[in-house]
Amino acid sequence: MSKEQISGADALLRSLHEEGVELVFGYPGGAVLHIYDAIFNQDKVEHVLVRHEQGAVHAADGYARSSGKPGVAIVTSGPGATNAITGIATAYMDSTPVVVISGQVRSGLIGTDSFQETDMIGVSRPIVKHSFLVQKAEDIPSIVKKAFHIATTGRPGPVVIDVPKDITDIGYTFDFEYPKEIDIRSYKPVKEGHPGQIKRAVKLLLRAKKPVIYSGGGVIQDNASSELIKLAKLLDFPVTNTLMGLGAYPGSDPKFLGMLGMHGTYEANMAMHNCDLILAVGARFDDRITNNPDKFSLSAKKIHIDIDPASLSKIINIDVPVVGSAKECLHQIIEELGTQSHKIDHEKLEPWHQQISAWKEAHGLNHNLLDQKPAGGKILPQQVIQSLYKETKGEAFITSDVGQHQMFAAQYYFFNKPRRWINSGGLGTMGFGLPSAMGVQFAFPDSDVVCVTGEGSIQMCIQELSTCLQYNLPIKIINLNNAALGMVKQWQDMQYGGRHSSSTYENSLPDFVALAKSYGHAGIKVKKYEDLELAMKECFAMKGKLVFLDVDVDPEEHVYPMLEAGMSMKDMHLSKEIKTW
Amino acid sequence: MKRTVALLMENQSGALSRVVGLFSQRGYNIESLIVAATEDPSLSRLTMTTTGDEKVIEQITKQLNKLIDVVKVLDLGESDYVERELMLVKFANESITRETIKKLNGEIVFENNELLNIQFVGSSEELDQVLKNLASSHPLEIVRTGASGISSNLKTLTI
Repeated sequence: MSKEQISGADALLRSLHEEGVELVFGYPGGAVLHIYDAIFNQDKVEHVLVRHEQGAVHAADGYARSSGKPGVAIVTSGPGATNAITGIATAYMDSTPVVVISGQVRSGLIGTDSFQETDMIGVSRPIVKHSFLVQKAEDIPSIVKKAFHIATTGRPGPVVIDVPKDITDIGYTFDFEYPKEIDIRSYKPVKEGHPGQIKRAVKLLLRAKKPVIYSGGGVIQDNASSELIKLAKLLDFPVTNTLMGLGAYPGSDPKFLGMLGMHGTYEANMAMHNCDLILAVGARFDDRITNNPDKFSLSAKKIHIDIDPASLSKIINIDVPVVGSAKECLHQIIEELGTQSHKIDHEKLEPWHQQISAWKEAHGLNHNLLDQKPAGGKILPQQVIQSLYKETKGEAFITSDVGQHQMFAAQYYFFNKPRRWINSGGLGTMGFGLPSAMGVQFAFPDSDVVCVTGEGSIQMCIQELSTCLQYNLPIKIINLNNAALGMVKQWQDMQYGGRHSSSTYENSLPDFVALAKSYGHAGIKVKKYEDLELAMKECFAMKGKLVFLDVDVDPEEHVYPMLEAGMSMKDMHLSKEIKTW
Repeated sequence: MKRTVALLMENQSGALSRVVGLFSQRGYNIESLIVAATEDPSLSRLTMTTTGDEKVIEQITKQLNKLIDVVKVLDLGESDYVERELMLVKFANESITRETIKKLNGEIVFENNELLNIQFVGSSEELDQVLKNLASSHPLEIVRTGASGISSNLKTLTI
C-alpha cells in the first residue's frame, strides 16, 4: 500500500482523528493559520471557536472531566499561548487529560524576539505533565501519539505540543503513517498494586473498628466508582469524598459522610480525626484536607492507594502505601477480601456508625433549608443549591467557579454519579465554570448542564456567552449574586476585623439579565425567597436555551464548617458564633 | 544532610531544564550539578549534590522519576559509592612551591613564566580541605566541576 503524501498541518488533523478526537476548542492566529486551513479542509474533527484561549483550555478540560476522553485545545503563538496558561495550570493541578497544541513562530525565528513569539515550552514547563517542540513535520504523528498516551495514562495531565509555523507549511509534504504502538522507555505507569501490599492493606482493613474511606479525584479519573462502592458496602465502611472526588460514592447514601476538609462536614472531619484507620484512594492529603499535618489523625493507621508514587508519604506518613491504579487496586482488595470473607465483622463497627450518626445529628448540614423562609428575608445561597437539586433531581452536570458558591454547591448538591461535578479544585481558577460547562454540553448535548457561579467569577470568562450563542449551548447559569467576592469577604470578616478591602463592587455590577439578553440568551432575576422555586422551574423549562438565572442572595452568609488554620481536623468554626475548640 | 543523586535522561533539548526547573519549582537545593552525554549518545548522565533529610531525598527521587525525560534515577547515598570532583587552581608562578603542590596531590597541567595551573582530584570534602591549605598561597582563580559519582557495588545506573 502506498503511503499518502500530506502536509504537516494535514498530518496534525489526521493524527487527532486517529486518536479518536471529534472536537477541538481553539482560537486562530498567525502561527496556526496552516492548521486552521487544514481544519477547514476536513470534516472529521469539529472545531469550536471560543472567545479567549483560557476558555478553549477550560472547555477542553470540562469535556475531558465529564466524558473521560482527552480534551484538545488549539491556540496560536505568543499571547494565544500565554492566555492558555491558566487553563493548562488548572488541568495540571486537577490531573486532567488535556492536549494543548500551540502555534510557534517559524523555526528560524525562534529566539529572535520575533512577532508573537513566546517560549511556550519554557513558560508552560512547571505546569505540564510533558511537552514537545516539533522539530520536523515527519515527527508529528509519533509526537501526537506520545502526547495522548502521556496525557491519558498514569496520573493524567496536560501535554503541550508546540508547533512552529514552518512545520505545518502546506508547501512541504511527507509520507503519513500513524504509529499503532508507542514505546516510551522512561514512562511505564504501573496499574496493579504490589500483592504483598494488598495483603497488608486487607489485614488492616479487617482489624479496623473505626475506619474511614477517604477518596479523591483519582477514583473519578480511573472510573473506579463501582469498585469503591462495592468495597465500602462489603466492609460496611463510611466514605468521605474530597472536593475533587464528589460523585464517586453516592451523595445520598446513608454511609456517605459528605465532603471533608476546609469546608467539609462536621461528621466527615470528626470521623477523619478520630478514626483508627484511613483508606485513602486517589486522594493526596493536600493542605485543604489535613489542616496542620502534625496534628492530622494521629491515632489512625493509613493505607494509601495512588497511581503517583510521589503522592505517597509526601505530606502524611503512610503505613501501607500501594502504588497502582485506583480501579485495579480496589479490585485486588475486593478479591483478597473474598478469600477471607469469614473475617469480616460488621458488628464491631456498630459503635462507630452510632458515633458518626450522633455527630451528624449534632452538627450536620441542614438539607431542608428550602422549606424555611429565611429570617432575614434574603435568600440563602444554600437554598438556591437545594432548589437546583430538587429541580434537576440530582441528575445534572454541575460545573462551578471558585468561592463560596463552589463550596455551597459541593456541600448541598448530592452527587450520586461520578463525572457530574466539574470544578477547579487544585488551582482554584475563577472563570472556569462557564467555559468548562461548554465542554460538558458538547460531550452531553442532551443533558442538563449547569454552571453554578458568582457575580465575581462569571465576569472572568463572561465573553464565552457569545460562544454559547454561536453553538447553541443551552447551559443554565445559576449566579449566586451577593454583590461581593464572598469568600474573600468571609476571610476579611473572620480574620481582618471586617475590613472589606477591594471585595465589594459598589454598584458597578452589570444587569446580568440584560447582558444575557444582549448575547441572545434568556435571563431571569430573582430577588425574593417566594420566587426562587418558580424561577428555577422556569429556567429548566426553557429547553434548548441558555438561561442566566441571577439570584440575589444574602451577602452576610458564610460557608461553614470551616477548619481553623494551624489546628487539627476537629477544630472547626460551625457558625459565626460556634467553634468546636 | 548532603546527598548525591545520579540520573540518566534523554539527551535532548529541554530535558536538563526540566530537571533543574523541578528543583526550583519544588524548593529543593542544588549544591552542584554535572552533566554530560554517555557512551550511548541518546542518554546524558547527570549527577547532583543536594541537601535534605530522608523524606526530602525520597520526594526528590520520586519527582525526578516522574519526569518523562528522566530514564533512571539512583540515590547514590543509599549504599557505598565513590565521589570524585575535579578542581583547577591558578597561581602566580612564585606564590606556591612545588613541595606544597606535591603534598596536596596536585598536578601541574600548565605552566609558563607567569603562572601555574594545577589540577586536584578528590571527593568534594577533600577538595574543600585542599582549598583551605592553599589559602596562604593566594590562588588567583579556582574552578570546581561539582561532584560525580559511581556506586561501589554491582547495582549500576545503566539501562
